[in-house]
Amino acid sequence: MRNTFADTFYELAKKDSRLAVVVADISPAGSIAKFRQDFPSRFINTGVAEQIMIGMCAGMALRGMRPFAYTIATFALYRPFEFIRDDLAYHALPVTVVGIGGGVTYSTLGGTHHAMEDIAVATSIPGMTVIAPADPLEVKTATTWCANENKDGPVYLRLAKAGEPILSANAIEPFTVGLIRYLQRGNQVCVISYGSMLAKGASLVKEFEAQNLSVSLVSCHTLKPLDVTGIVKLLHSHNKVVVIEEHVPQGGLGAKIKEIAWDCKATCELLTYSLQDKFIHVYGSHEDLLCAHGLKIDGMPV
Amino acid sequence: MDVGAAQKRCLQYRRRILEISQTVTALHVAPAFSCIEITDLIYHELIRKDAKGKLIDSFIMSKGHGCLIQYVILEALGILSRQQLSEYCKPTGILGAHPDYGIPGIEAATGSLGHGLGIACGMAYADKLQNIDRITYVVLSDGELQEGSTWEAIMMAANLQLDNLIVFLDLNDFGGLARMSEGHPAFYPVIDKLHAFGWQAYAAEGHSSLAMYKIVQNKKMGSPTLLACNTIKGKGVSYMEAVPIWHYRSPNSQEYAQALQELSELAL
Repeated sequence: MRNTFADTFYELAKKDSRLAVVVADISPAGSIAKFRQDFPSRFINTGVAEQIMIGMCAGMALRGMRPFAYTIATFALYRPFEFIRDDLAYHALPVTVVGIGGGVTYSTLGGTHHAMEDIAVATSIPGMTVIAPADPLEVKTATTWCANENKDGPVYLRLAKAGEPILSANAIEPFTVGLIRYLQRGNQVCVISYGSMLAKGASLVKEFEAQNLSVSLVSCHTLKPLDVTGIVKLLHSHNKVVVIEEHVPQGGLGAKIKEIAWDCKATCELLTYSLQDKFIHVYGSHEDLLCAHGLKIDGMPV
Repeated sequence: MDVGAAQKRCLQYRRRILEISQTVTALHVAPAFSCIEITDLIYHELIRKDAKGKLIDSFIMSKGHGCLIQYVILEALGILSRQQLSEYCKPTGILGAHPDYGIPGIEAATGSLGHGLGIACGMAYADKLQNIDRITYVVLSDGELQEGSTWEAIMMAANLQLDNLIVFLDLNDFGGLARMSEGHPAFYPVIDKLHAFGWQAYAAEGHSSLAMYKIVQNKKMGSPTLLACNTIKGKGVSYMEAVPIWHYRSPNSQEYAQALQELSELAL
């Protein structure tokens, strides 16, 4: 995802001088390093100083630019939270805050580097758009949208790391910001997820299909504005809906879908799987951490 | 510059702010009074105007609670109307006790302290990137200098050599609570710290328009500029001067009459 973001940003920024990237002491990899080399004045490193990273993005956007703030998700969103709220959202500025390593991606770095509640935090801000692409293809479309089309205010773009599998190459619907997206459509079970957890969702789909069930797989890449209409339809058109996400239970997609299910009097079975509401002191692979949080396919009653 | 004209305007602005304070519980009279000469200088002498009178340079009231002076100057410049000021802090109006983005003449919403300088850095940097000849002026409070974010901005402004950024620090020595020089003595002297961070910083008498004007005229290129302006919170009204409660309070009718009387005597 990181590399696709960098490649996409480089190609867009080559042609559009309004685009800039403001990082807070994060080593630029791949095409961002190339961007830094080719367009040094539009690559700004504020050092370990996230408040000025956001403040500068605001000032540049007030001058008509479309900056991207870029660092590890916890530092991109939590550290300068009030600057994102006041400088970006209150002013409705088209700045993209890119958080890399969403969830527990940084699995050896400990809780300080785990963005486990970023969706809850980001979606709580009025006027904020929150996007968590599921694979490199979605990253490319989302990045292009942030750079070219977004007009309504800031975006929190949650990315994972590198090496995520392609999931949406044969999706039956296109990626449209603000709409859920069926990658495949069935009529009995629906698995819905976002971000790199959609890969787990795809595994879950296979488990259900092994039982001869007709299964939908949905990427809910836009967490805000949430596609309530699409989710209502989804709840009414399946017997069982499974939400799986790399996020604490409170304020995540599972909680939001439960709210919608109550409002629309959904009758389907609704299962939600998430990270636990606690800091765990476990180190290992990303998979190890997800397992430690209970997010493993063989632990789920499918 | 015409010093007499500036004094006349500043007197009129103080009267106008007191007048507004009688129609609504106007917060923050004293914090506006400390930066009246500073803000007047910026708008009337420093900001360049085009042939149609449109402002070319930028201004951010980073100490958002000082915005009453900005409102009355914007009224004098015809950017805000008398009607809009008469609806200050009223549900029918557009003006609150902190400046809001989108209001005519207001370039950034401030109020939360420690935000304005960072935004101004982004503006000044973008102007350089886009080869736009524009200076961004900022009024910063001494309290804002206690925010870590302000120091992040101070560091970046110097690193990026933002010589199109001019900051007036309103050193009125008061936060909302108490005298800063007593509670935070390590904070002083301020100028040395700015020098250490690579700024050109000058001590200035913050109620002397001419003194500040001369400093700005003689500033050098290559680095951002800060004027550490010694000011008096509530300047011009004896019972407000350096009395913390006037950070928030509005004068009652008797106090109002006394304030007008004192201002008239000052004018003689």
